[in-house]
Amino acid sequence: MTSARTRPRRRWAYVLDVKGSPYIYIAPFFLLFGAVGLFPLLYTAYVSMTDWNLLETTREWVGLENYAELIGDAYFWNSLVNTVSIWLLSTVPQLLGALFIAHMLNRSLRARTFFRMGVLLPNVTSIVAVTIIFAQLFGRDFGMVNWLIGLAGLDPIDWQAGTLSSHIAISLIVIWRWTGYNALIYLAAMQAIPNHLYEAATIDGAGQATQFWKITIPMLRPTIIFTAVVSTIGGFQIIAEPLLFQSGTGNPTGGSDRQFQTVGLYLYEQGFGRYEFGYASAIAWTLCLIIVVMAVVNFSITRRIKSG
Amino acid sequence: MATITRPFRGVLRPGRSAGFWTYAALIAVLLGSLFPIYWSLVVASQSNDAIAKVPPVLTPGGHLFENIARVFDTTVFGKALLNSFIVSGSVTVSVVFFSTLAGFAFAKLRFRGRGGLLVAAIATTTVPHQLGIIPLYILMGELGWTGRIEAVIVPGLVTAFGVFFMTQYLTGAVPDELLEAGRMDGCTTLRLFWHVVLPAARPAAAVLGLFTFMQAWNDFFWPLVVLTPGNPTVQYALSALASGYTTDYTLVLTGTVIATVPIVVVFALLGRQIIGGIMSGAIKG
Repeated sequence: MTSARTRPRRRWAYVLDVKGSPYIYIAPFFLLFGAVGLFPLLYTAYVSMTDWNLLETTREWVGLENYAELIGDAYFWNSLVNTVSIWLLSTVPQLLGALFIAHMLNRSLRARTFFRMGVLLPNVTSIVAVTIIFAQLFGRDFGMVNWLIGLAGLDPIDWQAGTLSSHIAISLIVIWRWTGYNALIYLAAMQAIPNHLYEAATIDGAGQATQFWKITIPMLRPTIIFTAVVSTIGGFQIIAEPLLFQSGTGNPTGGSDRQFQTVGLYLYEQGFGRYEFGYASAIAWTLCLIIVVMAVVNFSITRRIKSG
Repeated sequence: MATITRPFRGVLRPGRSAGFWTYAALIAVLLGSLFPIYWSLVVASQSNDAIAKVPPVLTPGGHLFENIARVFDTTVFGKALLNSFIVSGSVTVSVVFFSTLAGFAFAKLRFRGRGGLLVAAIATTTVPHQLGIIPLYILMGELGWTGRIEAVIVPGLVTAFGVFFMTQYLTGAVPDELLEAGRMDGCTTLRLFWHVVLPAARPAAAVLGLFTFMQAWNDFFWPLVVLTPGNPTVQYALSALASGYTTDYTLVLTGTVIATVPIVVVFALLGRQIIGGIMSGAIKG
């Protein structure tokens, strides 16, 4: 700044460059984001208050009618219960497993790059491919899981048909894809814990398990909060897994009795199966609200982990 | 910087070296990670009747190339692969460039509203994508892009995550003194960006590029909504193949192999950088 005053060289051009050009650099992001990110977001609120079907020409303003209808919609409540169930079944084991794996990876290992890549591999494969593979493994007649169950002397399970069994299978897909990713995030945080804490604990005679619960977990608190909130946001939006788990027709109903239809899938059914844009937009806003509430709830639960 | 280019310099803890059980547990985790992918390869390399065998077939057969040829002959996988390369390639180039540009401004330039705009950009990363999917579809219809790959490319051209990531990196990677010195010598901001910032941003740009490419390649839901079965991306083509009325499982699982292989190859070559990116992001974020 001072250089502009001391040097008389083309001051106005300099000032314009320093004060003005930053806006040019950030403009592409904000313009594009405004058009394809922000505008759709706000417009959803408007569409949710209309009776807008793509196949009909009339678009009527109906106020909050779609929301009122949604509250009385048994399919919506069913999908919400399914979403919460799948989210709980996938998130809790996933984060506990990730902590365990991170703890293993945090020791001085041979071939640690190899192990780290190995645990991350599931995360880079596509949801579509993975869900198709798992749907096969959980197949009723020729699935490998049922074959193993048979070896143990138990009756085969029709994984898709049952509510709990389908939720477990879908949760396993999520767990398989995301545990390694979360493990690496925990590992990074574990490596940032100062070593002298462990040294002091060792001198005081604390064992490995005690050190893990009294030092590692409390020090990981911010990271655990972060992963819990992120997996809430992701878990409540789950669509592809339940959509593709239903083999056959690509139906968005989530099973013959909607036993594994999630809110996201119900949104898809209403929006792009029946082209009820108004109603689907109301589902979108309601889902967003639920996600915000759940993220806040999770934040306050994980915040209670004692720090120190 | 060091966190990205050399991500593996963790603190060695001599007292806590890994024993037999640690290795056993990690190898079990590894086998679990690999098995579904391995198994899809097994089925993709068998003939059609292998899937119904009891006990299940667990070793690869010799029919892989024959099955791959069958996928390309009977479906639009060729076109889908091409579409996916175009979409992922252009999205990656665009995200990396615009993120570096905006990241430079947020990290190194002082301007009115900087803090507020950065917070606004970061806040958008937490908004559920599905919220805007219906208006976005209406918008694509108005533009006449429904069914065309522009509809998949354009919404992906910038990401808030990219801006956040590059801002974080450039804050530490480019010394303020260097930029000051450049200004003294009469460099314009654009020249500073081109000659100082871009070269310094390369390691982070590579990581961001990898993430973006993989994400674009694996993206499924939006292409499913806005494209058509005749002009799909790879993931859409794969889902269409799996939901046919007479499902040919060998064909479907060969499709999963084709759709997964490019990503697994990229991962095998550059996984180190990807891991560094995830771990450094976690430390800073």
